Amino acid sequence: MSRRQIELEVLRYNPETDTEPHFQRYSVSCEDEWVVLDALNHIKETIDPTLSYRWSCHMAVCGSCGMMVNGEPKLSCKAFLRNYEGVIRVEPLAHFPIQRDLVTVIDDFVTKLRQVKPYLIPKQEKTLAAGEYLQTPAELKKYKQYTLCINCMLCYAACPEYGLVPKFIGPAAISLAHRYNQDSRDGGREARQQEIAKNEGVWECSFVGACSEVCPEHVDPAGALQQVKIQSTVDWYQEHLMPWKTK
Amino acid sequence: METIRTDVAILGAGGAGLRAAIALAETSPGLSIALVSKVYPMRSHTCAAEGGAAGVIKADDSLEHHFNDTVGGGDWLCDQDAVDFLVQEAPKELIQLEHWGCPWSREADGSVAVRPFGGMKKQRTWFAADKSGFHILHTLFQTSLQFPAIQRFDEYYVTDLIVDDGRCQGFTAIEMRSGQMKFFQAGAVIIASGGAGRMFPFTTNGAIKTGDGMALAYRAGVPLKDMEFVQYHPTGLPNTGTLLTEACRGEGGILLNKNGRRFLQDYGMGPETPVGQPVLKTMELGPRDRVSQAFWHEQKKGNMVPTRWGDCMLLDMRHLGEKKINERLPLVRDMAVSYLGVDPVTDAVPVRPVVHYMMGGIDTDIDAATLMPGLFAAGECACVSINGANRLGSNSLTELLVFGRRAAVSAAAYLEAGVGAGNSAALAARAAEAQARLRALFDRSDGTETLAGLRREMMATMEEHAGIYRSGEGLKVACATLADLRRRYAAIELHDKTNVYNTDLLQALELGAMLDCAEAVTVSALARTESRGAHQRLDFTARDDAKFLRHTLARYRPGGEPAIDYRDVVITRSPPGVRDYSGGHE
Amino acid sequence: MEDQMSSKPYIREVPRYSWFLRQPRYMRYMLREVTCIFIGAYAVFLLVALRRLSEGREAWESFVQMLTGPASLVFHLIVLAFALYHTTSWFNVTPKAMPIQAGEDFVPGAVIVGAHYAVWLAVSVVLLFLAGVF
Repeated sequence: MSRRQIELEVLRYNPETDTEPHFQRYSVSCEDEWVVLDALNHIKETIDPTLSYRWSCHMAVCGSCGMMVNGEPKLSCKAFLRNYEGVIRVEPLAHFPIQRDLVTVIDDFVTKLRQVKPYLIPKQEKTLAAGEYLQTPAELKKYKQYTLCINCMLCYAACPEYGLVPKFIGPAAISLAHRYNQDSRDGGREARQQEIAKNEGVWECSFVGACSEVCPEHVDPAGALQQVKIQSTVDWYQEHLMPWKTK
Repeated sequence: METIRTDVAILGAGGAGLRAAIALAETSPGLSIALVSKVYPMRSHTCAAEGGAAGVIKADDSLEHHFNDTVGGGDWLCDQDAVDFLVQEAPKELIQLEHWGCPWSREADGSVAVRPFGGMKKQRTWFAADKSGFHILHTLFQTSLQFPAIQRFDEYYVTDLIVDDGRCQGFTAIEMRSGQMKFFQAGAVIIASGGAGRMFPFTTNGAIKTGDGMALAYRAGVPLKDMEFVQYHPTGLPNTGTLLTEACRGEGGILLNKNGRRFLQDYGMGPETPVGQPVLKTMELGPRDRVSQAFWHEQKKGNMVPTRWGDCMLLDMRHLGEKKINERLPLVRDMAVSYLGVDPVTDAVPVRPVVHYMMGGIDTDIDAATLMPGLFAAGECACVSINGANRLGSNSLTELLVFGRRAAVSAAAYLEAGVGAGNSAALAARAAEAQARLRALFDRSDGTETLAGLRREMMATMEEHAGIYRSGEGLKVACATLADLRRRYAAIELHDKTNVYNTDLLQALELGAMLDCAEAVTVSALARTESRGAHQRLDFTARDDAKFLRHTLARYRPGGEPAIDYRDVVITRSPPGVRDYSGGHE
Repeated sequence: MEDQMSSKPYIREVPRYSWFLRQPRYMRYMLREVTCIFIGAYAVFLLVALRRLSEGREAWESFVQMLTGPASLVFHLIVLAFALYHTTSWFNVTPKAMPIQAGEDFVPGAVIVGAHYAVWLAVSVVLLFLAGVF
């Protein structure tokens, strides 16, 4: 196994001792197939145990390890060292306050997630004894990709709108609302529209598309948001031109 | 110290914890619920489970079949009344999940699809592509958001259970973002904190699986049951240890040695079945313990493929074709390509057994209650026991749902029966003691040990002496090493003595939990002088029902090894038989 | 124990007017957005043309004369480039905004984009025909 010496510049911040974040350079001997997370773990284990960061699954499914690697939002467990040259700059995920080192405060995201009513509001009630709701493979495919979001918030870090307008509900939360809207078993679209069709909802989005570019699960939140915009527009016209249709 | 009063406090927000919280919110609307976890719920390791959850729904299947598969798979160490309860509740729970929006994969007619899984005679594993655990966790988490009664405390690390007057009355926890300790005063506590695979160096488990809840209950006097039974999952990635689901084999993948031979047929799982047409319960669909053990033997014979990460077998899925792989095993393909540089569509993937699951855990009864009033447990951290000596794949996700709910029902009933107010002064004193213990760790300035060093030694001894095959000599060395590490742990010094999100502290506390759990594993393993299920002894190769048709109970003794005791397994209608995974019998 | 101040998170400000210089994808986005200025400018140009038309033969002919001059040529080339970028970039994202499910699978994005180009071509041919080009 060959190792190479990698230089990492990591943004540090401890609110108890620092007024501002500052970079710290580490020189790490790394295996070929390592990811940034492996390098961070190696630093923590052998060089600097005070470095704080989030991680768990190491297989891009828990969403814990989002951070900026050379200015790009990435999952550190899927940022392969072999793809980088020179000094690698590691910073906490953009557009979120820094709590400590690479750990951000994600309260805003968690609040917004809850706000969009991301749970099934069944169109028709059904008892457990009556069995499952039928859903064909085609109906499943219609919303399937939007279920894949791991809540890693790379999209929020990439979205310049969220960076400039923090009250924007954001890509992942709105995509999750869309996931339920598209689910054939769901009847809650109207309830969710109230949350996502307002100004700080989907209309804050100007389709930069950065969110979809950085999404590690190919959820395509940008697509979801545009679809919500279209639905929203149709709703508006229906409401104003065919008021008899809305109860 | 701030006190947070709640009726029920749930420790852990994975599948079992979330299920318990939702059950309480739905059926006991007057109760306040504190859902406390050291990570945000969507990070819980339930998200990494891939294959599916077992529940009888097909016409050719029956509860009896599921029962027999589970009891046999567990090498008759399962409590049969508990297994009956599991198989009976399973279909209901899985349909409930579907009603909550879980995107189960479907048949063409819209009904839920099931797939074959190891050790199961019939197809009964409900699945959501190859991210079943992920979808179950997110469905539960998102469903939980509609209940205001569930108050979440994300990124709080629980340090001590507070026990007074012989009952559990809550716990102290560190709010990680501030470093402040808070006291959660609760009428009832449900522990749903998961397993402890991180005590081993190669594991599918994520960083957070450090046995915290198990250690808490253990130190408070609740026994840990059947800890020696540690499951190896046959197909983990050789470099990262992460999981390639059993569904790879369920869909038809085969396992080869370096000569291209499907070697499982040489270990009682033959005869060889046609490639791509797996036959349930034989060959590659044999139970995990048998398959891992076959690997071990083949490796000793020198038949495994040497790779830069050690000896591996080959998981060949090429014959499945790209379309099927993309549809049913997309995560598997992504992981093999990203982390190994191997595309399962064109090449066989090198894999090897890695630690995956702990059958053992906090001793609970069939109602998810521990011996301590007010303390309940569910999920991987608990041992009911429904998994016995070896768990069948896809029974665990089901277990989370069934016993998560059960723990909630039991906790609500316990509160309903009337629970005293609690002696504030005594409770405050206990909480202050917990605070003082933590402070001592901070204040130590003459430490001689490093956290990373002790952890590495623990992992090394577990891998060497408490792996797939064990021996008396090896286990004695492991026990001695762990006892030594336990003593040296008292001399650990923190490098980071600040308060805000101190992960050095967190890892030190997690190591303490793992050392306690590891000692329970090795001492229990040494005492069990037989081979059963996942516990295989080179010096005692036969199963000994006369002496060991019992659960091992490890009881904490401060400053020493756990005391070992036994309790009979509940056998109702399935007397111990032979586990036969060879084909051609019916 | 510790007061609120000492766990105070640090907020990194986003530069209000130069944020798009930070990444190439933001620059591409701004370029796409900026095309609307040129589209708008050409709309004004067309309005001016209409105005000239309504002012009589002399006004119209002098306008046409101006059209053939070098300034006009440069203007038209620039606007055409931006208009093409505007159109192609919007065509390329239409499959995301309007996914069409046929049976179980979605119609490939290329087909939807291709259809847009086809319609564009057809409309262009019709317009050119009406303008007497063929």
